[in-house]
Amino acid sequence: MGEKTKAHELAEKQKEISISEFFTKNRHLLGFDNPTRALLMAVKEAVDNSLDACDEASILPELIIEIKELSEERFRVIVEDNGPGILKQNLPNVFGKLLYGSKFHRYVQNRGQQGIGISAVVLYSQLTTGKPIKVISRISEKRPAYYYELNIDTLKNEPKILKENEVEWKKSHGIRVEIELEGRYLKGKQSVDEYVKQVAVVNPHAEIIYTNPDNEKINFPRATNELPRQAQEIKPHPYGLELGNLISMLSVTKARSLTGFFTGDFSRVGKKTAEEICEKAKIKSEASPRLITRDQAELLLKSIKETKIMAPSADCLSPIGAELLEKSMKKEFVADYYATVSRSPDVYRGFPFLIEVGIAYGGDLPKDEQVRLLRFANRVPLLYQQGACALTESFAETNWKPYGLQQSGLNPPVGPALVVVQISSVWVPFTSEAKEAVAHYPEIIKELKLALQDCGRKLGIYIRKHVHAQEQRDKANLFENYIPELASSLSNISGESKTEIEAKLKKILKKNIKEILGEINNEAQE
Amino acid sequence: MKHKSESEKALQELGKDVVKQIKKEKNPELTFTLRGLSNIIYDPKIRSLKLGSKTASRSFFNLAHAKKFLQTFDVAAVIKNLIKEGKHASLRDVFYQVKRTIPSTKINVVDEQTESDKVIEDLEVITNLSREQLHVNANKEGSIVGNVVIEDSGDTINWAKLGSGGWSIPSNVENIKFKKINAKFIIYMEKAAVWERLHEDRFWEKQNCIIITSQGQTTRGIRRLLQRMYEEHNLPIYVLCDLDPWGAYIYSVIKYGSIALAHLGTRMTIPGVKYLGITCQDVEKYGLQKHLIKLNEQDISRIKQISEYDWFKDNKAWLQQFKMMKSMNSKAEIQALSSRGISFISNVYLPEKIKNKDFID
Repeated sequence: MGEKTKAHELAEKQKEISISEFFTKNRHLLGFDNPTRALLMAVKEAVDNSLDACDEASILPELIIEIKELSEERFRVIVEDNGPGILKQNLPNVFGKLLYGSKFHRYVQNRGQQGIGISAVVLYSQLTTGKPIKVISRISEKRPAYYYELNIDTLKNEPKILKENEVEWKKSHGIRVEIELEGRYLKGKQSVDEYVKQVAVVNPHAEIIYTNPDNEKINFPRATNELPRQAQEIKPHPYGLELGNLISMLSVTKARSLTGFFTGDFSRVGKKTAEEICEKAKIKSEASPRLITRDQAELLLKSIKETKIMAPSADCLSPIGAELLEKSMKKEFVADYYATVSRSPDVYRGFPFLIEVGIAYGGDLPKDEQVRLLRFANRVPLLYQQGACALTESFAETNWKPYGLQQSGLNPPVGPALVVVQISSVWVPFTSEAKEAVAHYPEIIKELKLALQDCGRKLGIYIRKHVHAQEQRDKANLFENYIPELASSLSNISGESKTEIEAKLKKILKKNIKEILGEINNEAQE
Repeated sequence: MKHKSESEKALQELGKDVVKQIKKEKNPELTFTLRGLSNIIYDPKIRSLKLGSKTASRSFFNLAHAKKFLQTFDVAAVIKNLIKEGKHASLRDVFYQVKRTIPSTKINVVDEQTESDKVIEDLEVITNLSREQLHVNANKEGSIVGNVVIEDSGDTINWAKLGSGGWSIPSNVENIKFKKINAKFIIYMEKAAVWERLHEDRFWEKQNCIIITSQGQTTRGIRRLLQRMYEEHNLPIYVLCDLDPWGAYIYSVIKYGSIALAHLGTRMTIPGVKYLGITCQDVEKYGLQKHLIKLNEQDISRIKQISEYDWFKDNKAWLQQFKMMKSMNSKAEIQALSSRGISFISNVYLPEKIKNKDFID
């Protein structure tokens, strides 16, 4: 009968939320909260993809980035690479479907992680300008280049191809993306200019040619022709598991027994370890994974935590390396001294990670300002949410005074220095989907501090040696400046010759310079 | 008294001595008696503070001393020029004559007047000459009135006929001649406002005395003037201060000398001065209990500090005053007497105290 319940009423209001609605309401989560940041996001996502594609295909990247100002709040972003290109059948989904990608289901060190990136930019462009994205892709010299215009069917979360044709293109392989969007171009520490410069710092193997909206063309040449070590894909490590993960892995595995499941689907688990896990959970190791109940999964997870399992292999990481980081910093920052440290890999929640730190000191760096910290995760600059980031916190919590920088309390140090911190991991724990701040895992913080201290010690040795020598020279200069003054006054009251007094004083200083400056040191220590 | 050219000679000798060291290629060094509380001795025989035998040395090629060394000779050169030209300058003048930036540095020879003031005091110790002999004058900050006629720089001045302001005491009183003095005693008071009250009441006329004041600490000119009248004309001197540790110290400076100028020895001390008030006994006798001020932290620590000074620590009368201040937890200003009537001080308080010889030594 037609009785209308409350549930019926509510049901009328329940409908599928379109992806565009979701995006509009949650765009801050993805980093599109204001026009300035939106412009940066467009460049960032396209650049991340290009560099990732080149690395995976073992190609030395050549990037051309161009931003044109069309009107006050309207920009065209063009990013062109020499990467492997994208297959014809995959291309529309890569750009026109949210949450489509190769990265989410794999444990490999990559710039992007979730596959939200570029399609979110396409959606934002569509929402703010109504224009489609224009893409050229070519996968080989032997095949033609294809040109596409496409946007997203926001109700279905499907790509909508508006144009598709062969096109003449000078490149033998690569991608060219052209996006029009609403944005704002500003200079400064969170600008696109700064982003591109920082990308160059941590990607010494990439060549970048950047033209900004002021039509300034900036070249960032390569610091090395060597490709970074190819990051190996690894299976998940049991320590990183959460219950939901485990349940879904149990339901899709091809293994017929729990032993098979643990040894086959995870890294670092041998037969013995697998049996130990099952034994502790009081579940038979021959049991079929598909028949494991939720409660049993919980027991398994508990016993995993109690079982000793070897740390994951670090092959999956691709650090910059201390030497190359230094070379790269020398290229981008004018300083007197550089120190870099690349730590050994460590593990948090079962994910391997690796910390690298670089310091530049002296030169053109401002003397009386707070030391700038440049944060990176998997070679991607982090420009926002500095305050919420574990990298920033560890930086400020390190005691810099013994290393020759000024510091008050838990504030960042002050001095003519710049610090670069990079975390590489198969899964960088960001605090939100905007991927700007690293979460506070104790293992990560510990490694960060060790790396910062290690670098700090090197800096301290340099400062003590060179800066101290400069101070001694300054002191000697001081006496040299005082001598004519003293000679003049002494000559006045004694009636003796000023020239003679001055000459003698200079002689005394020269003869005893070591004792005179040494004497000062002794006194300063008292 | 050393003659002017003697001052000049003393500075020249100082210069020659240092140049001699330089010619021998030694690090030039100055050695002089250390000033400061650690080297202050109270000598009960002469009833005066004096400097002990500790010495300090200052050498040029020592970064901690270099600037002070330079300052010392820059100031010496400025003073030499003053003496040569027969001019006198104030402490502030000397500061500006020395203040300049050393070429090719960002360093000033002196940044604050206190630096040049200190160097002048050092030079007094080094040359054994007083500041007055070095042609440097202190600020004049004092007034005097009474039946006295003097001669100063060729002018004859009658202190009784200078209106409400009285005679303004110069910083150097060495060359004043006393022509006629008609007074039985002198009252020195810490506060200029009290002096104005007494002057308006013609207290000095009625009591046949001299009244003198400076604002706060007694200047050198006033101390020397008091000393001269005390020694040359046998006039008793009574000191009128607030009842607090600061007032007690002002009294002790006139009597025994000050810590800062201990190197002057007996040149300005007046062991015979007496303290007239305000005393703790006055508070009760004149009913000032409701007009007291609570001691603050500085007062309390200052009481502790000065009761340990050699010249107070065996003085029972003063120790009793300090004890009573602490037990009342209060201090009293001279002006508290105004609570009994604006001219109570002139008509009752002072005449009674003097008549009864109600003093503390």
